Amino acid sequence: MTLTRRSLAYLFAGAGLSQAGVKALKDRKVAPPFALKDAAGNTVKLADYKGKVVLLNFWATWCGPCKLEIPWFVEMETRLRSKGLSVIGVAMDEEGWELVKPHAEKLKINYKVLLGNEEVAQAYGGVDSLPMSFILDRAGRVASVHTGLVSKSVYEEDIQELLKAK
Amino acid sequence: MRLKTVLLALILPLLLPAQMNLLSVAPPPKLTAKRGTTAEAKLNVQLQNGYHVNSNKPADEYLIPLRLTWTAESLVVDGTTYPTPKMEKYEFSQKPLSVYTGDFQIATKFKVPSTAPLGMKVISGKLRYQACSHKECFPPKSVEVKLPIDIVN
Repeated sequence: MTLTRRSLAYLFAGAGLSQAGVKALKDRKVAPPFALKDAAGNTVKLADYKGKVVLLNFWATWCGPCKLEIPWFVEMETRLRSKGLSVIGVAMDEEGWELVKPHAEKLKINYKVLLGNEEVAQAYGGVDSLPMSFILDRAGRVASVHTGLVSKSVYEEDIQELLKAK
Repeated sequence: MRLKTVLLALILPLLLPAQMNLLSVAPPPKLTAKRGTTAEAKLNVQLQNGYHVNSNKPADEYLIPLRLTWTAESLVVDGTTYPTPKMEKYEFSQKPLSVYTGDFQIATKFKVPSTAPLGMKVISGKLRYQACSHKECFPPKSVEVKLPIDIVN
């Protein structure tokens, strides 16, 4: 089962577990829609972010590499929000907000954090390991996928390229 | 197209380490325990190269510790001894983490009451772990362990 999901993630990624650069327009697929709750109990839909470049980051409190990336995303959200970037963090902790909320506060996360579930994880290919990030173009299509820790510059390059496209 | 599918099927398992194979516990040999004494069972744990699990006392409160629990029925768990952890620095951590890697052993002592029923029984244990490589982490998982115990006079 696990391998099957990872295989799906691999296929979803198209060019590997962490590809170089964004996919060509013709190779991009529409990101699976979702509706998840934020810490205040509000439902947030991916569709709400139409027209934005979205960095969709799956993470968990027990994931060390995720903690290294989160401050990068905090900085990017601050710097690039006005240019059209929105970061969304999807926490995959089974324990829920009790654990996620204080952790998000400790890390001073300034972007939207949502609580993930199995259904959304499966829609995104299983999300069997963390961190896993999907970068979506302004039309809501998956332009790049990164599994595991990659450098900040990799995210930066992908995002900048997508922000340029109107 | 068919060749591509076949190639993908052959290559994928090599590229994608399934979490189910990251940690394994060797089936423990039968333990013979006398009534009214204490017996010790040792579990041999093997972790794939390139991965680590948090020790039983991780350096960070958010990290999930390695934990062995038993449903011991008429026996009483009298303490579990985990190996001395390694303090290892990873690319993603500012401070060294308290981890186990490779092969290691966990020992559990069981008190056998003088009234414990004689004969063979199998008790169950669960080893909960959370594994990572230097780049990614896998969700917490449990491995079930069966320990055969022969209780004698």
